[in-house]
Amino acid sequence: MTALLSVRDLSVGFGDGESVVKDVNFDVEAGQTLALVGESGSGKTISCRAVLRILPRAAQIRSGTMTFGTGQNRLDLATLGERRMRDIRGNRISMIFQEPMRSLSPLHKIGNQVSEVLWLHRGASESEARKEVLKQFERVGFPDPARAYDSYPFEMSGGMRQRAMIAMAMVAKPDLLIADEPTTALDVTTQAQVLGLIKDLQQETGMALILVTHDLGVVANMAEQVVVMHKGRVMEAGSAQLILTEPAHPYTRQLFEAAPEIPDEDAVGIPMPDEDLILEMKGVSKTYTMRAGRGWKADKLIHACRGIDLKLARGKTLAVVGESGSGKTTAARIALGAELPDPGGEVLFRATSQDDPILVHQMTRAERTLFQRKAQMVFQDPYSSLSPRMRIQDALTEPLEIHRIGTPAEQRDKAAEMLKRVGLNADMLKRYPHAFSGGQRQRLSIARAMMLDPTLIICDEPTSALDVSVQEQILTLLEDLQDSLNLSYFFISHDLAVVARIADEVAVMRQGLVVEQAPPETLFYNPRHPYTKALIAAQPEPDINRPIDLKLVALGAGSPDSWDDAFRFSDSVIPSLVEMEPGHKVRCHV
Amino acid sequence: MIMLRYAVYRFFTMLLTLVVVSVMIFVIINLPPGDYLSNQIAELQASGQSAGVAKAEFLRKEYALDRPMWQQYLIWMGFFPGPHGFEGLLQGNYGWSFEFDRPVAEIVGDTLWLTVVVNLAAILFVYAVALPLGVMAAAKSRTWVDYTTAFVGYLGLATPNFLLALILFYYGHRYFNLPIGGLMDPVYEGQPMSWDKMKSILVHLIVPTFVIGTSGASAMMQRLRANMLDELGKPYVETAIAKGMAPSRMLTKYPLRVAFNPFVADIGNLLPSMVSGSVLVSVVLGLQTIGPTLLTALKTQDQFLSAFILMFVALLTLIGTMISDILLVMLDPRIRYEGREA
Repeated sequence: MTALLSVRDLSVGFGDGESVVKDVNFDVEAGQTLALVGESGSGKTISCRAVLRILPRAAQIRSGTMTFGTGQNRLDLATLGERRMRDIRGNRISMIFQEPMRSLSPLHKIGNQVSEVLWLHRGASESEARKEVLKQFERVGFPDPARAYDSYPFEMSGGMRQRAMIAMAMVAKPDLLIADEPTTALDVTTQAQVLGLIKDLQQETGMALILVTHDLGVVANMAEQVVVMHKGRVMEAGSAQLILTEPAHPYTRQLFEAAPEIPDEDAVGIPMPDEDLILEMKGVSKTYTMRAGRGWKADKLIHACRGIDLKLARGKTLAVVGESGSGKTTAARIALGAELPDPGGEVLFRATSQDDPILVHQMTRAERTLFQRKAQMVFQDPYSSLSPRMRIQDALTEPLEIHRIGTPAEQRDKAAEMLKRVGLNADMLKRYPHAFSGGQRQRLSIARAMMLDPTLIICDEPTSALDVSVQEQILTLLEDLQDSLNLSYFFISHDLAVVARIADEVAVMRQGLVVEQAPPETLFYNPRHPYTKALIAAQPEPDINRPIDLKLVALGAGSPDSWDDAFRFSDSVIPSLVEMEPGHKVRCHV
Repeated sequence: MIMLRYAVYRFFTMLLTLVVVSVMIFVIINLPPGDYLSNQIAELQASGQSAGVAKAEFLRKEYALDRPMWQQYLIWMGFFPGPHGFEGLLQGNYGWSFEFDRPVAEIVGDTLWLTVVVNLAAILFVYAVALPLGVMAAAKSRTWVDYTTAFVGYLGLATPNFLLALILFYYGHRYFNLPIGGLMDPVYEGQPMSWDKMKSILVHLIVPTFVIGTSGASAMMQRLRANMLDELGKPYVETAIAKGMAPSRMLTKYPLRVAFNPFVADIGNLLPSMVSGSVLVSVVLGLQTIGPTLLTALKTQDQFLSAFILMFVALLTLIGTMISDILLVMLDPRIRYEGREA
């Protein structure tokens, strides 16, 4: 049987530079799923875009063939004329992109953008296309297809937009779907649902799928064939079964080792000690008022945080986990004093064990200066958190200058020392941020945060923008720093596997509430709350025999109304956090 | 429904702004010490002509210049009865020009709508030229198309308008037999509108439109090109290509729609800059627009005349911004549905 698409000796390069994709071969058979796996810069995205010939303008296909089609009717996509290529795009091969937020035009209705495929390729009239699209919308899980048809993208959540993208890609019933990191920008629970949807649709229509991803867990859940790429070359190719159980190539093995996993051995974690707390949040709530657009409507209240009590002991790591909108970032901003909590809540900070606690939101000027030196933040996106116009040296010494610490020479020495501490060289001080990779930049942000010798560091998803192997290195660095300097981390993440590795205590948040709180070992082995269970179940595991349990995900990730009676909460009735066993608290009615 | 409500709301805010602007104009005009009449009185007294002084004093009373400033303002606007009852802008009485010794209405007369015509023509020209060129320059960026349009654009920006005017007049007349100067053949001046008069105006408009519009067009072209280039890098453009759209249709449907917003928002700014920017051109070309009159009025502290012209320009500007705001709301659902229940 010949493959639906077979790519042979494909090379792609930019301008006169070296090829970024070198002699790549792969086959996709009808109805099958091929996963292209690799880290950023591996050429996986360029390879799959080359198939549709939607490369950046400076890139050109240098050699190779891409034969597509069945039976006698086979075309070489590498040499096909542009006009005939347009008949293929969106019609026989379609594509889903990574960022559903930006991949749809903000100014056109969803229905219009999806129907367009049918206008283009089927010559369908407006009403015919509408009928077809509404059917497709229903299929991809829009609760109200007619309403979705007339909505604009900005009126939908990320998951819904990705469903709209899928509908757009599927509506012409293509033979091949290319999905470029379709779920990377989504929450785990949404990711699980979207992956499940793609799989269902594939079974229904018998189309082939090329899935580009960096996540071996996603591969294990979706793919039959796997191609592992690194620096533009294929490292290893074969059946998913084989590669996931016995990776042959050292690079593949390296990827496996770097991927953090959720442990599930029977263990009871040690609860966070109750004395020597560096940070304590007591009854912290935050309510935002969304002004109603029209005068006669009442303003809408948004409860970002509701009655949060958290304790962080010195030298420990407290992780807050939840999907976007769960209130975890608001909690961190309040802890850092960047945001005022509603009256009644307070945040206490003790710089050293001997000090009296400072009330973070009622500080004197002297206390504020001290607090700013002792509490620092590391941000999510290392690309935008360093000024592109400042040399590393200036960025690092700036905190010292602001607090008037040391002479310029001492400041420079300190910067050099910090660079060494985070695993970079002192001779990089004169460079600008653009000369560094993502992982190096995150090291720089950590160095910047460390310059004032803080005792508390708030990490806002510090690794979610990084590749797995780099993520591994950054987590190791954070652990080393904690061990040698007795740092305390307030760690925000949506990734349970990362949290499992670094945290001493985990708080799971949903809709502004902490729904479950325990040491990671306890939490992962014995989760009680349906939402925690859903989060754990949604985490794709790189094990082909443990597929995602979509039912469990749907159950817990749905609205609180769908939970068991014991866990249900509404705006007015909120069960309290109950200690089920020592150090394991669950929000439920007893 | 949303649109209509917004338009009504926007209209009332415009009226409010206009009142505020009128106060500012009146205050600023009265800031320099003295007014046309007191200057004249001083001059007459210096030369000992007492008869003239009496007339000037009479005029001062007649136009309420002897009253406190806030009263003068209210009388000028027509909110407050003057020596002859309510007689201000609101009642259609534009005041008296001391310099020309004629009613303001008579002096500005035709120039009002001619100004509007010239500037509208120039704006249409700006859009008609900038739109296709800007899109083309962006779509073919870093090719000869881009470089040529950029070169022509910078040339347009850099050439002084009056110079361009003179050159165009010379060659326009020599090769195309275009008329020189003015906005219509002198025979039609003061005549009621007729088919021939209109034709004459249209022919006379060609050169001024070109001269006034060139720099605006090249500036706008560059802006549109930059906007388009930003948009072309966005993922939704890729989505559209992956759908199988032809480039031309894709360009006009997606990135242009988004890049068009700042373009529309510019309408409001374009009007005043053209009116004030075209003064020099109007002088050189002998156009009967309001620009040259404004210049004279400001120089001689002819307060009612200059205040009226400034009010007129302000009105044009405010109408321009109102139009662009309403168009923006029509074009961009993100503005229209802000706060719509999800």
